[in-house]
Amino acid sequence: MVAVAEIEAASLVVRDVKKSFPAPENPLSRRQVLDGISFSLSPGELVSLVGPSGCGKSTLLRLIAGLDSIDEGDLLVGSARITAPNAERGLVFQDPNLFPWLTVRRNIQAGLVARGLLHEKKQEVDQFMRLVGLETFANVYPHHLSGGMAQRAALARALINHPKVLLLDEPLGALDAFTRMRMQDEVLRLWQARRTTMLLVTHDIDEAIYMSDRIMIMTPRPGRIERTIDVTLSRPRQRDSADFLRLRSDILNFLHFAGTS
Amino acid sequence: MESQEDLVPTIVVEPPSVLRWRTMVAVPLAAAFAFGVHMLIAKSEAPLETHSYRLLFAEIIGVSIVLALLRRFSPGLRRWMANMWPIFTAAIVILCVWDVITLGFRILPLPYFPGPSAVLRSLINDRFLLLDSTWHSLVLLLSGYGLGIIAGLISGVCIGWSAPIRYWGMPILKVVGPIPATAWIPLALVVSPSAIVSSAALIALAVWFPVTMLTASGISNTRAAYLDVARTLGAGPRYLIFRVAIPAAVPNIFIGLFMGLGASFLTLVVAESVGVKSGLGWYVSWAQGWAEYGKVFAALIIMAAFFSTIMTLLFKVRDRVLVWQKGVIKW
Repeated sequence: MVAVAEIEAASLVVRDVKKSFPAPENPLSRRQVLDGISFSLSPGELVSLVGPSGCGKSTLLRLIAGLDSIDEGDLLVGSARITAPNAERGLVFQDPNLFPWLTVRRNIQAGLVARGLLHEKKQEVDQFMRLVGLETFANVYPHHLSGGMAQRAALARALINHPKVLLLDEPLGALDAFTRMRMQDEVLRLWQARRTTMLLVTHDIDEAIYMSDRIMIMTPRPGRIERTIDVTLSRPRQRDSADFLRLRSDILNFLHFAGTS
Repeated sequence: MESQEDLVPTIVVEPPSVLRWRTMVAVPLAAAFAFGVHMLIAKSEAPLETHSYRLLFAEIIGVSIVLALLRRFSPGLRRWMANMWPIFTAAIVILCVWDVITLGFRILPLPYFPGPSAVLRSLINDRFLLLDSTWHSLVLLLSGYGLGIIAGLISGVCIGWSAPIRYWGMPILKVVGPIPATAWIPLALVVSPSAIVSSAALIALAVWFPVTMLTASGISNTRAAYLDVARTLGAGPRYLIFRVAIPAAVPNIFIGLFMGLGASFLTLVVAESVGVKSGLGWYVSWAQGWAEYGKVFAALIIMAAFFSTIMTLLFKVRDRVLVWQKGVIKW
């Protein structure tokens, strides 16, 4: 197990963030993708962002990661403004995006190599491979991994930098239902072990309820956070408990996806 | 974990693991037949002229019989024989046909098409000069090829990575690149006093174009997601170029290296037959000047072996470097 010791997590503040892109149908006009998004995450919180496709969830994550720049508003990690990508904000995509030319071990240590820290933190590579249960696959190329294993490697690759905030962009979206449920427990285990602040984008409502402290529901065109729901169910959660199901139908109702009954 | 065999359809024709006796005796039988045919048609030739050719067949027969006896001790040898013997048999038959056409019926005009025995004699008589020529060709080829690769990789990475360099570099590449390097020969011979130096530069130029083109397109086609991931892992521009973009471009770069190698062979031979006073290209035109076509053919045989060996080496390097692709794509 990796030592939890130091407080690694940081708060994340998103204040009145706006972002527009050139409209694809008319390059002269711009389309407002995010229109005044505000929320904040306390250190160590796990919060989900759910909403239909095209509501700007992924755009928001890219902004927080620093891969794109905002038009207006504030983005803060702790008290520092976000201007560019940084190792303190890890990002895991739906596609694991492991570098196919590197073995699992070299993929996981990529962040250390990039920051010139491999020499002093070499022993952590083994710890993180054990943490995600890939120690026997150290010298295997990503092509030979199953979807779940590849995503675990991608998680370890992001976590080895000890990010203060971990951004997860539908990380389990490409997995089959059973692997997905196993991986949800896996991510929760990593979260509980490391207490990293996590922002999880998903369109699986069950996943959001099962995992998060809080759920933010986004609606598209322009992207806004319409509602925030605190999930007060005790952990570990039962996917079939009455409270779980009640919360689920609440959210479905809100999104107009509930049945007619 | 799935093994790669399950994922990749196997269409490779497996060589038969058992060595049929028919295959086994094919080589000595074909050699004996060719030997007999040669004895028949070469009766009128001076024995000294065809001595080594006969010796060659005697050796082929002897070695193939010895291998046939040794085969039971080594499964590797058995597999190799099962795989290669049909090819060898065909090669011997082709030699025999060549012999019949040239020496036997004299269908092709002499002295342009000598028989295999005359070519073999040239090969043996001129072995020191041929070896020396091969050595000079090798040095010239490798220096030009190496120079071209270095220049091509540098310009390819720059053009692929940086938009301003692409803006200014691409037009130059598109205008200058397609000119065959051999077209520069008249100029190159004037500019540089040393034919060797200018030939190396021409070979480098011939290699530079495809390597630059393919490297640049490989670099600029790097999946954006890999670069995004690397950025969020704390990567700076050096890591992004050398540890993400270049590795991602390596499959493309190798295509450029293969294309460049073909261009370098061509340029080498032309440059040697025009300007440089050594090497296999020079040897061919020199032998042609003396109307010694046996030597021309001997040099062609050496060239075939020389160039295909270098090509095979490049394939081996690629297989080593791109081992991570195994199972991702069909090789």
